[in-house]
Amino acid sequence: MTQTNHIGKGPNRVDGPLKVSGAAHYSGEFNVPDLAYGYVVSSPIAKGKILKIHADEVRALPGVLEVFSHENVPYLAWFDKSYKDQIAPGGSPFRPLHEPDITFNQQPIALVVADTFELARYAAALLRIDYEQDEHETNLETKRAAGFVPGKGKTGFQPPPPPRGNPDKALKNATHSIEAEYAHGAQHHNPMELFTTTVEWRGNGKITAYDKTQGVFNVKNYLMGVFGLGKNDVRVVNQFMGGGFGSGLRPQYSVFMAVLAALELKRSVRVTLTRQQMFSIGHRPNTLQLLKMGTNPDGTLASLQHHALHETSQFEDYTENVVNWSGMLYKCENVKLGYQLAKLDIYSPQDMRAPGAASGNVGLEVAMDEMAYAAGLDPLEFRLRNYADRDQNVDKPFSSKKLRECYQQAAAKFGWENRTQEPRSMRANGKLVGMGMGGGVWDATQVKSAAKALISADGQLTVRSATGENGTGTYTIMTQIAAETLGLPLEAVTFELGDTDQPEAPIQGGSWTAASVGTAVKNACDALGEKILKLAQKPADSPLKGAKFDDVEFVNGQLRLRLDHDQAVVLRDVLQTSGETQLEADSSAMPNMVKQNGYSLHSHNVAFAEVEVDEDLGTIKVTRVVSAVAAGRILNQKTARSQVLGSVVWGLGMALMEETVMDHKFGRYVNHNFAEYHIPVNADMPHIDVIFVHEDDDIVNPLGVKGIGEVGMLGVTAAIANAVFHATGKRVRDLPIMLDKLL
Amino acid sequence: MYPFTYSRATDVADAVRDKAGHDGSAYIGGGTNLIDLMKMNVEQPAHLTNVAKLPLSKIEDLPDGGLRLGATATNSDTAWNEQVKQRYPLLNQAILAGASPQLRNAATNGGNLMQRTRCYYFYDIATPCNKREPGSGCSAIGGYNRIHAILGASEACIATHPSDMCVALAALAPTVRVSGPNGERTIAFEDFHRLPGEQPEFDNTLAEGELITSLDLPEKGFAKHFAYLKLRDRHSYAFALVSVAVGLEMDGDTITEARLALGGVAHKPWRDKSAEEMLKGQPATAETFGRVAAHVVANGVGQGSNDFKIELARRAIVRALKQAAEGQQEAGDVYLGGQ
Ligand SMILES: Cc1cc2nc3c(=O)[nH]c(=O)nc-3n(C[C@H](O)[C@H](O)[C@H](O)COP(=O)(O)OP(=O)(O)OC[C@H]3O[C@@H](n4cnc5c(N)ncnc54)[C@H](O)[C@@H]3O)c2cc1C
Ligand code: SF4
Repeated sequence: MTQTNHIGKGPNRVDGPLKVSGAAHYSGEFNVPDLAYGYVVSSPIAKGKILKIHADEVRALPGVLEVFSHENVPYLAWFDKSYKDQIAPGGSPFRPLHEPDITFNQQPIALVVADTFELARYAAALLRIDYEQDEHETNLETKRAAGFVPGKGKTGFQPPPPPRGNPDKALKNATHSIEAEYAHGAQHHNPMELFTTTVEWRGNGKITAYDKTQGVFNVKNYLMGVFGLGKNDVRVVNQFMGGGFGSGLRPQYSVFMAVLAALELKRSVRVTLTRQQMFSIGHRPNTLQLLKMGTNPDGTLASLQHHALHETSQFEDYTENVVNWSGMLYKCENVKLGYQLAKLDIYSPQDMRAPGAASGNVGLEVAMDEMAYAAGLDPLEFRLRNYADRDQNVDKPFSSKKLRECYQQAAAKFGWENRTQEPRSMRANGKLVGMGMGGGVWDATQVKSAAKALISADGQLTVRSATGENGTGTYTIMTQIAAETLGLPLEAVTFELGDTDQPEAPIQGGSWTAASVGTAVKNACDALGEKILKLAQKPADSPLKGAKFDDVEFVNGQLRLRLDHDQAVVLRDVLQTSGETQLEADSSAMPNMVKQNGYSLHSHNVAFAEVEVDEDLGTIKVTRVVSAVAAGRILNQKTARSQVLGSVVWGLGMALMEETVMDHKFGRYVNHNFAEYHIPVNADMPHIDVIFVHEDDDIVNPLGVKGIGEVGMLGVTAAIANAVFHATGKRVRDLPIMLDKLL
Repeated sequence: MYPFTYSRATDVADAVRDKAGHDGSAYIGGGTNLIDLMKMNVEQPAHLTNVAKLPLSKIEDLPDGGLRLGATATNSDTAWNEQVKQRYPLLNQAILAGASPQLRNAATNGGNLMQRTRCYYFYDIATPCNKREPGSGCSAIGGYNRIHAILGASEACIATHPSDMCVALAALAPTVRVSGPNGERTIAFEDFHRLPGEQPEFDNTLAEGELITSLDLPEKGFAKHFAYLKLRDRHSYAFALVSVAVGLEMDGDTITEARLALGGVAHKPWRDKSAEEMLKGQPATAETFGRVAAHVVANGVGQGSNDFKIELARRAIVRALKQAAEGQQEAGDVYLGGQ
């Protein structure tokens, strides 16, 4: 048998062949019989009331089955609680088709269902609706003074810690100080796959929803709450996803619409949003940040103050952790962090890759660059002088933190020593050259997850957990963990996910899947291993007689004594001679609070970027990025590297081009399509080097993993912005840095 | 999208007849623009006459030394045609600077001339737009107008023509051959697209039912001294904020003939003949280029979010003239955002 230690290597994605051959089915590809199609009608105004929906004109079209709207939607749950999903923020969740009120532009206000998609879309275009329009406000600038401090509300949200030391006095007495405001507009997740739900009507009020979601249980619970369905009435499935980035963390209105129509029509229904409607489902909020910093004569931070204000909807207080990171990334005794929201007539923002951190990090890391210049220090040296060995927000040591090694290795790879400090001092190919850096910190979280493991007599292992596969590599790493735990080759293991008939797992976000589900998978396989050991010990001549589970190991298809490898049995023989056709074990995993209590659990990274700027034309080309990440143990070098590469793409997009532009006159996003909402294309991407700095950490979780999906994005945006400053001497504080800002 | 009927024309006469025989009909080439517009209900043709398979896809020599580009030749086949590469590398470059390989493989030359503006509001039927719905108002004026015109705009519309190919064509000055219910005619390229005036609903001077059959390039291709410079918000697959096409004839350091056209700045590809005159007989120096560039944008009017384009265009003209004079570019080079 081949080697069965898989963790830390870089096997290909186990689901790759399914994807490239079209055998991986996405939500819009379950072609159940007798399918009807729903098309969502979106509000063209930002605020007002629907006076009348002329639905009968459209119902009269042959093939149109129904027009659903607030005018005819049947009794649904009334209490907010029923609509609250796992990560709903404080406030009242949006209830589609409930009331005639319009509270944001592109609000879904009706669903036209027809025998074909084309007919539904056509009928939706014909649907006449009378509105009464109210004045709206969508401009955060006008709400600067109306910011309020939100309540705790949302799971995962930590209000900023109280101030420490005497930040104002320290700032006043600082040797050098800076104060600057940073801004970025709204951004949308824009996964390639559109939000789609195919609801299969199974008769008797029972349905299966194939839904694009990052959390099948979150959707199931939502549907049960909203539609009053029983546990056995609804199954939610999502085995593959064409990107989520946080957009699928909450149940979207597509699933509401499809389920509503299916239950009412007693028929299978599919609802797919359009690309334009993908701009109506949550976004990274437009954020304004004020940073104040001061240094002591030795270049240490005397004072650090970070205040953020971002938009939210009228109905929910969407929160994210924007400023807290500033209190823990650097050592500083005098810190003041503030965080406020302002309500606008928009849809609620939503977690988007490294939510909060990606925003706050830009403010912090560009301000750190400005501070380094003000203090006459090299930006890397400045960070080293302010290196934090403890998390001062909670006054605890880090369970592990190899950010220093990240700085060193990435700087060496990048050639930071060749940089000259003076802005506009470097040139190549007739262009100004700039080098910049930025670092970041992200949570290492574990949340409760469950898994089931089954092994058949022929040694095929199946492991199940209702987690998700965003394209991150979940199938692959779980297969690796399961295979290594039971000493099997990858081919002998099948990992199944994304189905509420499986053991419950949390939404796939927060970079916690590897740690949470991975640990549950390991525990389930260990539990199964214990059963196998018992079987192996049954024969009178078993070489493992008397051995405890801790005394044995599963390696290369064998079960053997750790201390005497010759005392071994072949796993498959054990199973085949046992007479059992199948063994199974369930397990779950929770964070070990006792172990973790005294520590701050975080991953870190740093990015170095080089840009070339055409001075006359303002064009910016990022020529190189080196990204170093310390995130515990890396389960799969290949999928982890891909996560970091993708993060660099995101960071570059945020720095140079991504922005959903609101026309405040209409209260409507104007560039809501892929031609005008720019995300980086291949030609924008530089050469990227990824470095993983290994951390041994058995405090975060037994696997020692911290998650890799988000941390890699941090620092990148600031590194590019700082490189642009270094190249040009122009400090652009409102992102994205488009060429006109350099003219 | 509204329902429509569809037929595939076999020859030019058939196409013209088919279209004339159906109310609210439209020709369709590669469909890369029209289908999008139909999906967004911006255009609602009741009938499509597919012209993509008409026998108009050849690229062939003309007796006067010019080159005929068939209207249904794809943008890709046109760009990579040997004659185009050698004799009209400016056109090669402009086409390759546009869209993506997939789009260029589908897009036809006729469709490229006829593509509609990318004005955000034109595409969104929830907002007023004079071009889409005459008399409803122009949302871009006073709105978000980063990609809008700085030259030749009107109070009714400030949209731009988005094509790259057409900017090179404006410099190369071909004749557009068309066939319609009243027979054939030719239109000088500079007369093909129009300024918005009070009727922004008309992008060009093609009469109802007329079909573009070819673009006839004159012999002169400026193959030695040319430049196509495109500035945009990402390095590929984005429309031009400003683009500049330059063709020069040089005698030593002296410019003997010049062509200069801009994209992304006006309702039509913006050829400036007075600037071309100014360049004639002048030395190819920074001073000359600066003077001419200032002249081209002298009447530029910003609308807010596009104010920067006046200065950007000025600088881009200087750069493109310099590049053309130096003869730096070659066919097939794909320029990335002016890098
Ligand atoms: C995302 C995206 C990005 C793009 N980026 C760029 C870019 O950067 N630069 C650029 O230049 N272009 C760009 N394009 C536009 C592309 O070049 C045009 O869509 C294409 O050239 C249109 O050609 P077509 O044959 O597909 O036209 P169609 O979509 O088939 O037709 C367009 C119009 O032309 C009419 N028409 C077609 N053929 C004829 C004919 N022979 N005679 C008369 N009328 C005719 C049709 O009735 C229709 O009104 C982009 C397009 C997209 C979708
Ligand atoms: S600029 Fe022209 S196309 Fe755009 S909204 Fe105004 S009228 Fe319409």
